[in-house]
Amino acid sequence: MANVERPLSPHLQIYRWPVTMATSILHRATGCGLAAGTLLLTWWLVAAAAGPEYYAMVQACLGSILGRLVLLGFSWALFYHLLNGIRHLFWDVGHGYSIPVANKSGWAVIIGSVVLTVLAWILAYSWK
Amino acid sequence: MSKSNNHMRSALKSVRGLGAAKEGVQHWWIQRVTAVAMVPLLLILLVCMLKLATGDHAAVAAAFKHPLFAVLALLSILAVFWHMKLGLQVVIEDYVHTESVKIVSLLAITFATFVVGGIAALSVLKMFFGA
Repeated sequence: MANVERPLSPHLQIYRWPVTMATSILHRATGCGLAAGTLLLTWWLVAAAAGPEYYAMVQACLGSILGRLVLLGFSWALFYHLLNGIRHLFWDVGHGYSIPVANKSGWAVIIGSVVLTVLAWILAYSWK
Repeated sequence: MSKSNNHMRSALKSVRGLGAAKEGVQHWWIQRVTAVAMVPLLLILLVCMLKLATGDHAAVAAAFKHPLFAVLALLSILAVFWHMKLGLQVVIEDYVHTESVKIVSLLAITFATFVVGGIAALSVLKMFFGA
């Protein structure tokens, strides 16, 4: 029953991408990325609970170039999902559905997520 | 049910005669509850974590000794993993249409959530209660 051949709507590639379409799929993609990120976070917590030596090893891994790149992606995904999640909460209570507003809030979320990511990393480097 | 209510029911419901499972809104609602909870929790923790991640192990151990920080961390773990489980479930339900693969995937998500979330929570508890 699940695999019945049904007529399909035009494939995604047919449409010109409005910003709302991009923000929608990015919400799902960042959500999945953050789910993977919980493994990293849990690893960090385990390391902190294990003691100074193991913690230093994990910190070295996360502090490597590759580690920093992963954390950069992780932090952007978190800020994006957080901001776009707030946008979803506004929709849930019935605000911001008109197309111009949805387009503007979409761009605000994208730009805001980049700004917050940069700010967080500036803070992190200034504290180091 | 009194007969006067019958006009409120959809034709499909009358035909199937099963009624609602009464749980339809629960998944959606808990996703929102955990989302709202995470806004303040994550903003506070993000700043703390940023500070901690740039410091040494002693600072991290000391932070988790603080009851307020430990509770914030545990609440965040609960909200994050619950929200994650609900979200991944929707993704699987949307894209996996082969019943057997879908059910196994949903089980795997559920088990993984409890295992990883449990490890995260235990680590926090160990630091709070430990020497």
